[in-house]
Amino acid sequence: MTTPDELGDLAERAREADAVYCERLRVCTAASCLSSGGAAVEAALAAEIAARGLGERCQVKPVGCLGLCSQGPIVAVETLAGEGRAEHLVPRMQPDEAAAVVERMAAELPPERSIAADIPFFSRQQRIVTANCGRIDPNRIEDALAVGGYEALLHALHEMTPAEVLDEVHRSGLRGRGGAGYPTGLKWRTVAKAAGAQKYVICNADEGDPGAYMDRSVLESDPHRVIEGMAIGAYAVGASEGYVYVRAEYQLAIERLKAAIRQADRLGLLGSAMGGTSFRFHVEVRIGAGAYVCGEETALLASIEGGRGTPRPRPPYPAETGLFGMPTLINNVETWANVPPIVRRGGEWFASIGTERSKGTKVFALAGKVVNNGLVEVPMGTPLREMIFELGGGIPDGAAFKAVQTGGPSGGCIPAEHLDAPVDYETLTQLGSIMGSGGMIVMDEHDCMVDVAKFFMGFCRDESCGKCVPCRVGTVELHHLLEALARGSASERDLALLEELCDLVRHTSLCGLGQSAPNPVLSTLRYFRDEYRAHLAGRCPAGVCAASARSEAAQ
Amino acid sequence: MSVCTLFVDGREVSAGAGETLLEVLRENGIDVPTLCNLEGLSAVGACRMCLVAVKGQGRLMPACTTRVWDHMEVTTHDERLDRYRRGVLELLFAERNHVCSVCVASGHCELQSLAAQLGMDHVRFDYLHPPLAVDASHPRFAIDHNRCILCTRCVRVCDEIEGAHTWDVAGRGVKAWVVTDLAEPWGESSTCTSCGKCVQVCPTGSLFVKGHAVGEMEKRTAFLPYLARRRKGTP
Repeated sequence: MTTPDELGDLAERAREADAVYCERLRVCTAASCLSSGGAAVEAALAAEIAARGLGERCQVKPVGCLGLCSQGPIVAVETLAGEGRAEHLVPRMQPDEAAAVVERMAAELPPERSIAADIPFFSRQQRIVTANCGRIDPNRIEDALAVGGYEALLHALHEMTPAEVLDEVHRSGLRGRGGAGYPTGLKWRTVAKAAGAQKYVICNADEGDPGAYMDRSVLESDPHRVIEGMAIGAYAVGASEGYVYVRAEYQLAIERLKAAIRQADRLGLLGSAMGGTSFRFHVEVRIGAGAYVCGEETALLASIEGGRGTPRPRPPYPAETGLFGMPTLINNVETWANVPPIVRRGGEWFASIGTERSKGTKVFALAGKVVNNGLVEVPMGTPLREMIFELGGGIPDGAAFKAVQTGGPSGGCIPAEHLDAPVDYETLTQLGSIMGSGGMIVMDEHDCMVDVAKFFMGFCRDESCGKCVPCRVGTVELHHLLEALARGSASERDLALLEELCDLVRHTSLCGLGQSAPNPVLSTLRYFRDEYRAHLAGRCPAGVCAASARSEAAQ
Repeated sequence: MSVCTLFVDGREVSAGAGETLLEVLRENGIDVPTLCNLEGLSAVGACRMCLVAVKGQGRLMPACTTRVWDHMEVTTHDERLDRYRRGVLELLFAERNHVCSVCVASGHCELQSLAAQLGMDHVRFDYLHPPLAVDASHPRFAIDHNRCILCTRCVRVCDEIEGAHTWDVAGRGVKAWVVTDLAEPWGESSTCTSCGKCVQVCPTGSLFVKGHAVGEMEKRTAFLPYLARRRKGTP
């Protein structure tokens, strides 16, 4: 058991232990930097520090995601500068550069190669969810405690009634970050009101949109935040059991999450008699077997129950009839990660960020034809143009922007004429796309919209569970039609059939996967119909599809 | 049990709270096509034939899994719903081989009659016709996967009524298929009781009793509601 006072002591000691060091080398050890050699960089830096006997003043700290993933492995060099600390980021750091980096650091010089910490990619961000990402060692609970981890949980358990927690979340205006944007406070209240001997809370970490990895990054960088959020949610709705459903591909996230749960358990921040109160909450990790559809909440429930991961019609909603037939609160990783700051700083503070109807910040995975690939967290309502051209640094090689795809396979492509649109739930929906979980793929003039639509349709076809007819067969037939367009062998009739089938699949499919599978086609048809028509004439304007090869051959 | 009043296609209908919309429609002689649904088995809402429009709901709802509520306003047939039903049927016919003229169930097939009833008389999509096997390893029965529409009635009757759970679904998307045990030949199944219920509930000629020629396989499902009631312990 850890009481609030003991937690305060632990946090204070962790902060004191941190303050001993004059310099700190923070090495990104999230999945993307690890895969480009982050572990070797960390080892080389540690060896260099030890060899120079600098171990007492300089710490090499493995941390989570530093954000600029395309420049990995990234090392943050943190030095004392006057009263505060200065920070330089070394991109694409190689192990053999360790000596030079340490030498310059010891000589109080900035690294030879570095990215300024004040470029728009960093300075335009507002970090709530990712506040600790890249700052703390995700494997040590002491690090999480030092930055205020579990304070909100103990505050809620000791100072607030469940109803007050519900009020705070409601006031914050937080909406689901998994894609649909359902008001979180409303969902929590429904589960709190639902009758059931046992209730569950679930963290949906079955992230699967192509190019999107916000949740992975949060789990790898700050797993305690998610656990704390879930525990607060459990307290608010009266649940005592929780599951984190993570896809099997996220090995590192699973490892860190499990370690975090053990650590929290040991300190009495989970389990029975939490924080010295009578509240108990137990969390388990469930690993998905690689089905995208298991991110759909009813399929996710079936999978946790041990069944085939297929969705079922709603209603009844999980809030009423969920896991094992009991009221269940399901939120996405990022949603949960927003909860502790809301409890700590108040719902009104959160509601002051963002737009009228979309509050707080959103983490996006900027990918595709954009200079700065990586994770960014910005206030809701940030214009697309700012995200792509300022944070993202624009389109590489001077190419012209064509469209930005948001929301993954359920989303759509937004063209240049709407670049000034603010990123919020309603605006993106009006533009024929969705907020989704935060994937943002930038496309330039060399990308073909028919090809993009075909790619996403192929994805939906492969990930359809096969339960309902329109999604199972419709996605295959839609893909066939798009292939015919790409080949340059489609007719006017095929284009009409494509539109008719999109309408059918959208309105008759059982779950969100099928219902939104036509979105990439519909949104590209809406903004780029000319490109479709060019394909009918056997020409691919971007020169991507076989259609262009065919027309060239004919000339 | 409390009672509620519904408006179905402009007509007032009374229902017991807790009933499914499909039950209420059937009680009142309102015809809505179904394929995966069968009285006596759990409802799964997979075939999408019974989709109806409910006022105030953003999405079409399957009548088979939707519980009624008071003052619900339902439209069961209009141009759009009927078009969607034909479209879904068309997709089913495009998916696997449903050439009636060489099928044991021709003339007694639910898929075939539904197509006739709804006027689904041609297929505009590519025929997918994946090369699927026939498993005739069972001494009395056989399954032709080419005729299967994945309604999962066989899976449910085997699990819920017979209690054997020999059948299940393997694979996903368009590659999904029903399997016996762990995708082993039916004849080698250690769980199959050879009761034949799966054959009787199969809406098409996919599951059949051996020895039937074209058009000879008639299915009998009358046993099902009775057995389902007995299983629940109600008379």
